[in-house]
Amino acid sequence: MPGLEGRFSTLVKAKVSAVLDRAEDPAETLDYSYEKQLELLQQAKSGIVDVVTSKKRLQLQEGTLREQAAKLDGQARQALAAGNEDLSRQALMRKQAIEDELGSLDQQVGDLERQQQQLTDGENKLQAKVEAFRTKKEVIKAQYSAADAQVQISEAATGVGEQMADVGLAMQRAVDKTENMKARADAVGELEQAGTFDDPTELGGSGDDLDRQLAQVTSAGVVDSELEKMKAELAAGAAPHQLPSGGEKEAGS
Amino acid sequence: MIVRIATEGQYRLAEEQLPRLHELDAEVVAAAELADAGLFERRFAGLLEFVRSGELLEDAYLGPSDAILPPPDVSLAEATTEFSTDDLIPS
Repeated sequence: MPGLEGRFSTLVKAKVSAVLDRAEDPAETLDYSYEKQLELLQQAKSGIVDVVTSKKRLQLQEGTLREQAAKLDGQARQALAAGNEDLSRQALMRKQAIEDELGSLDQQVGDLERQQQQLTDGENKLQAKVEAFRTKKEVIKAQYSAADAQVQISEAATGVGEQMADVGLAMQRAVDKTENMKARADAVGELEQAGTFDDPTELGGSGDDLDRQLAQVTSAGVVDSELEKMKAELAAGAAPHQLPSGGEKEAGS
Repeated sequence: MIVRIATEGQYRLAEEQLPRLHELDAEVVAAAELADAGLFERRFAGLLEFVRSGELLEDAYLGPSDAILPPPDVSLAEATTEFSTDDLIPS
């Protein structure tokens, strides 16, 4: 379909140009190119460390949220046992908000894990290519007079350069994804500050934020069914082998 | 012909595979022009699968690629901007 405006091909040609075009002193240029490669390899390694750090931070945040969810679950049960269904429902709604958040954090941690794997693969490939380049450059320096040495090494440098660009691209994509996650982590932090995930029993009214968040999250069906389940569990657990007097939680002597 | 799938690796395709490669590429381009994300994704996945049927080159291979495909997780939006080129299908 010639003549189509904005036509493109998915087959993108290598844009990496040889570092070694028309080098004055091939030996020196080879060494310089190799130094550059090592530098980039180093950058790749620290890029991986960044991704791992982001992943750890999200995992820590997940831990905190899980604790909060468990606490709210306990509070919902207590409230229900004490006959305060409204409070119980409120606690469950908050728990639900946290679980939604956890679900998406899980996804992002998985995403980061894939990024990490990809970067590590890329780094290994680059490492292998740089190593092969090092060997080749020594061979070529030794037989410097060879007519096609320049061509050979130029092609090798292009090959390594392409791999470096590729690792760079993977790194860039990882960084972009990590930025998004940072934004999310900050948002969660703000919600925590606004009291969204706080203990419902201690809450007066940090009003709007809370309401907005709850409204977004109120998958009332989920909360209702959980409430029903809790009631059933409570009934089943309480009936059979409780003290005949139906002892309260006050486990005093 | 050596084709790189960005962020993945390099594959060597045989001469007789090239017509099919160009066909698949054209289909991906057509899907992108229709701005049909689902179709684009399916066709791009098909193109990648075809390239992967080639010989995966070892990590220490030093040659450049004749063509580079966008990464497997490329979105339609990215494909039409960052990874687009005019007529670079090497033929």
